[in-house]
Amino acid sequence: MEKKQRSGFILFCIMPTLVIFSIFVVYPVSMVFYKSLFQSSGFGGNEIFVGFENFIYLFSDKTFLISLKNTGFLMLVVPVISLTLALIFASVLSFGQLREKAVYRTIFFFPSILSFVVIGILWSFIYHPNMGIVNDLLTFMGLEEFTMTWLGERSTVLWAIALVLVWQSTGYYMVMYLAGMDGVPKELYEAASIDGANSFVQFTKITIPMLWEIIRVTIIFSINGVLNISFVIVTVMTAGGPNNASEVALTYMYEQAFNNANFGYAMAIAVVVFSFSIILALISNRLTERDIQ
Amino acid sequence: MKKNKTFNMRKLVIRILLLIATVIFVYPILWNVIASFKTNEEVLESPWSLPAVPQFDNFVRAFTEASMGEYILNSFFVTALSMFFLLLLVIPTAHAISRFDFRGRKLLHNFYMAGLFIQPVYIMVPLFLLMNNLHMLDNRLWLSLVYAASALPFSIYLLAGFMKSIPKEYEQAASIDGCGYFLTLVKIIVPLARPGILTVIIFNFFTFWNEYALALVLMTTDEKKTIPIGLANLMEVQRFATDWGALFAGLVLVLIPTITLYALTQKKLTEGMSMGGLKG
Repeated sequence: MEKKQRSGFILFCIMPTLVIFSIFVVYPVSMVFYKSLFQSSGFGGNEIFVGFENFIYLFSDKTFLISLKNTGFLMLVVPVISLTLALIFASVLSFGQLREKAVYRTIFFFPSILSFVVIGILWSFIYHPNMGIVNDLLTFMGLEEFTMTWLGERSTVLWAIALVLVWQSTGYYMVMYLAGMDGVPKELYEAASIDGANSFVQFTKITIPMLWEIIRVTIIFSINGVLNISFVIVTVMTAGGPNNASEVALTYMYEQAFNNANFGYAMAIAVVVFSFSIILALISNRLTERDIQ
Repeated sequence: MKKNKTFNMRKLVIRILLLIATVIFVYPILWNVIASFKTNEEVLESPWSLPAVPQFDNFVRAFTEASMGEYILNSFFVTALSMFFLLLLVIPTAHAISRFDFRGRKLLHNFYMAGLFIQPVYIMVPLFLLMNNLHMLDNRLWLSLVYAASALPFSIYLLAGFMKSIPKEYEQAASIDGCGYFLTLVKIIVPLARPGILTVIIFNFFTFWNEYALALVLMTTDEKKTIPIGLANLMEVQRFATDWGALFAGLVLVLIPTITLYALTQKKLTEGMSMGGLKG
């Protein structure tokens, strides 16, 4: 009786949640894989099984290849820069013995709670050729010949977007690292200090190894995060332009689905991007594997 | 003595670098607030100048012409409803996972943890088709349920982690007092887990309030759209018909709830990061 009541209660706790999660998350995920094997244009009905044809076609689709390359670029550049900056800021705040540490933590974390749409709009104006601050600053410093339409040039647009993603995420990872650094025993640094190790040596020989597991997690988080935020930022700031130069895989997926009604093809793109990010995560996991002892 | 001096020198350099970083982090927001009080001509003139006369009219136009009021109401409604659904779904599951040992517990937990890798953007296309088939498109209620579902993995991760740290003795005492399972959850565990629940609410408030991709594909009527969609549309329109003032005022309006909540909870938030974000 008691036992029955217990199982009943557990089921009561987990079932509704599991059902909702299955309908609105698990089922769509499985659909992505399943429907990527079909050519389906429009709603319901006319679906033709095409096997891997969508995927074969994808790899001769020039726009897709550009968008995949751009996504890859952002997935490499953004985590490297923002995690490095986050580590530097965190260790400066953690060991600088500044009274205003908490203030900086609050300020640097702030961009990561802002709406991506707001960030995209604000930075469009920062890069604006006439009224943006970037060109204004360059003019002010007498570097007028370097002013340009940052979001309108093929050569600068991706870096401009990468910078926005770095701005958005650095503080978030900094706070994670700060939390980790608070857990590192202070005696380690004292001992190293007595042995004559300077702060750079302490940073590379103590801080980084002690935070290694957190760093590994944040690499995967940030690779994954780039996918999500780049979709919104690119949609708002450039719509993939100029001439697809800033198209990312998920904005291309969106266009294929909602502008061209190529649903099967769009899901094939999602499958490729998903696999791509999993592979990147695995590679990073492999490369960063290390014996802590 | 000399050592002390180089030490202070170093602190000064650090402070200067941190101040520069602060300017970079804060400037866009500050500029936004200032620009929301400027006329169009002033916005075009220089990114540094202050408005000659503060244009409160920008905010009026944001409400009257750009219907920001409606979007904000929609966003509040969707955020609140999503939160209600989410808590209803996450508390029992986190409770079962963290306080009971049953067959499949580990599997269930790992199942949700795998869900951490599924970003809403990946599933926006099949979700659109599903909601279309179920006639659930363009409905704030269903949008909220979808939001709650997509927030589950992270919330279960946070809350189950927190609930594990509550000592077992509380339940034993409750069961001696003749409290059933359900009453134990409602009367004992929920009050004790309040800090964890609060962290879940804070993190997800920002997620729900800011969500863009799903709202973009699941909502079609203009009157039902949430504020991120409204702003993105307004930005699109502004490329042609220039009313920068109203756009910037709109941006400030979205920022107000975000900044208020952040000011009230930032300590909790940054602590929550170490509570959930790390023990992967």
